[in-house]
Amino acid sequence: MIGDPGTCLVVGATSPLARRMAERLGAAGWRVILAGRDADELERTAQDLRLRHNQHADWVEWSADRSFDQDAFWERLAAEHEDLRGLVLASGFMGDLEEDEAEPARLAAVTDANYEGPAKLALAACATMAPIPHCWIVGISSVAGERGRASNYLYASAKAGFTQFLSGLRARMAPYGIHVLTVKPGFLDTAMTFGKTPPKLTASPDKGAELILSALKRRKAVAYVPGFWRAIMTIIRLLPEPIFMKMKN
Amino acid sequence: MSGLPEKVDEKLTGWGRWPSSSTRLVRPERFRDLRPVKGPQIARGQGRAYGDAATNSEGVAILTERLNRLVSFDPATGILRAEAGATLREIIQVFLPQGWFVPVTPGTSWCTLGGCFAADVHGKNHHQAGSFSAHVPAIQLVLASGEVRELTPEDDLFWATAGGMGLTGIIQEVELKLRRVETPFMAVRHVPAPNLKAMMDALEDPAHDEEYSVAWIDCLARGEAMGRGVLMLGRHAREGDLPIKGPSRASAERPKKGPRVPFDLPAFAVSPTTVRLFNGFYNRWHSRKGSFTAPVWQYFYPLDAIADWPRLYGKRGFLQYQFVVGSAEARACMAEVLKEISAAGHASPLAVLKKFGPEGRGMMSFPKEGFTLSLDIPMRSDLLPFLDRLDAIVKRHGGRIYMAKDSRMKPELVPSMHPRFEEFKRACAEADPEGLFQSDLSRRLKLR
Repeated sequence: MIGDPGTCLVVGATSPLARRMAERLGAAGWRVILAGRDADELERTAQDLRLRHNQHADWVEWSADRSFDQDAFWERLAAEHEDLRGLVLASGFMGDLEEDEAEPARLAAVTDANYEGPAKLALAACATMAPIPHCWIVGISSVAGERGRASNYLYASAKAGFTQFLSGLRARMAPYGIHVLTVKPGFLDTAMTFGKTPPKLTASPDKGAELILSALKRRKAVAYVPGFWRAIMTIIRLLPEPIFMKMKN
Repeated sequence: MSGLPEKVDEKLTGWGRWPSSSTRLVRPERFRDLRPVKGPQIARGQGRAYGDAATNSEGVAILTERLNRLVSFDPATGILRAEAGATLREIIQVFLPQGWFVPVTPGTSWCTLGGCFAADVHGKNHHQAGSFSAHVPAIQLVLASGEVRELTPEDDLFWATAGGMGLTGIIQEVELKLRRVETPFMAVRHVPAPNLKAMMDALEDPAHDEEYSVAWIDCLARGEAMGRGVLMLGRHAREGDLPIKGPSRASAERPKKGPRVPFDLPAFAVSPTTVRLFNGFYNRWHSRKGSFTAPVWQYFYPLDAIADWPRLYGKRGFLQYQFVVGSAEARACMAEVLKEISAAGHASPLAVLKKFGPEGRGMMSFPKEGFTLSLDIPMRSDLLPFLDRLDAIVKRHGGRIYMAKDSRMKPELVPSMHPRFEEFKRACAEADPEGLFQSDLSRRLKLR
């Protein structure tokens, strides 16, 4: 990992990918704090990490919702943990396209979870991380953010915003030694993709976590997970709009 | 319907890859989502039951694979509590380095706690340790109504659920009492036997009182040599048993990653001729091994090292057939069965004979006092009538067939093989009055 292990925060920690990342970070010696909305699930996962890897694991309640004060949250945590040097932003929410179209106010839930919430937290984190050497931030965005499709354009637009946020943050924070990794998962085997994506193209959350942490170790800027999605997305970005529009989904 | 994403697996099978049935699947990711859905349903762990126990052509299979977290462990008692989707494999990986092992294990480490309890599995130590459920202080069961019950051996529903093939509800959490081991190795002793009588004598011989005991037999050997094979005895090695120069503890604590079977082998790969060759070689090889130590993974789970090994049997799959008969009848029954097999030329490269200890308390559990024989036979058009003939022999001798491996038995056999069948049906009806929990197996065998 980057520097010696310290404490890291994983938000959106009830997702299978985040859980696997927490496991691997814990195995590498990091003290992991899980954060999310579902206290019962967080406690179960934290307890599993403690028993399975004999690692420190705590959890705190956290929400990406705009009513949640990201600044105060991070400040409190950073005051408690002087070695808080890592942040995994794994929150995400697909929304329900038809319902969101019918009631555009609902779009806020999608942009909060996928972009604004984690972005605000990252900004708060950078303020305390800047003086500490070897800090890192991993943002889980999505290949969906590369080109809006009819079937998921609201989610995609929020992820696109998050991707560009991470890109800019990386450049902005480079002088302060904060490494920012943008992760663009393709199909990961989660509730979001269950039954919807071809099994052969769908990676397990554990494989995803392994690839992400190896990218972090090598200080990569952008990691497609798995790597072949880089080629797929290059082609998809290059498709002329009339053809792209006719594609299914 | 359940709010959970759903998918249809057109060709869901058990581990034997026959038969297949189109089953709708849901996969809860959160503990509280492991709840009954609408319509006929059955919980499914890692799909290691060989037959149709966890396929459901008329309903849903609820996958428990994501609910595999460890909940608590008490080093004073060895009692582990975990979510039902946790596999023995991950439990051993965590606890073997700390000097603990599972009290009972079947031949694969990939099965889940929920599956082990629902099938009340047994291991090579049944004659001393009993079956899986004997080491379970408590389970948490979700009933059809959504009510969650903590059950202990005091409860009748606990014993309806042990070996109850998932028909009483969804097992959410299981407690398992782990046992201490000094090393991650086994001290193994191989004793060859020239024929069936010698083998059964050896299995009952008090000189062979090792904790684990199982016999491989060459089911194609005929005449004098019928039933020849190798008795494989084992116990957990102590520090003093280990050779000075051997594999390290650390390497023995981890499962080995072996080859993967990349495609279905053609049907002739496992035929009487190849099995005869294999058996001759296997018999000579293992007879000569004598005493040695082996890592636990290698001793208990040789097939786990070969990913997708059922593909060796070709795309038609294979059937596992396992029965138990009481000791008094066993010699006559085994001889009859082996004669049938070798006459019919059905090849089983893995024929395993074992002595069971006393029957446990599970209403529908498989093990009972006597001898058990387990076969895996490649699917062939004449296999089903052949197995019906074996059923008749087993029934005549008062035997019982293992439902966790079955996919073809007739329902008429169930009541005579399971004396507590009526009691089981009453318990199911009480826990699940509408009969929500069912599977292809339960409908085929009219278990509810």
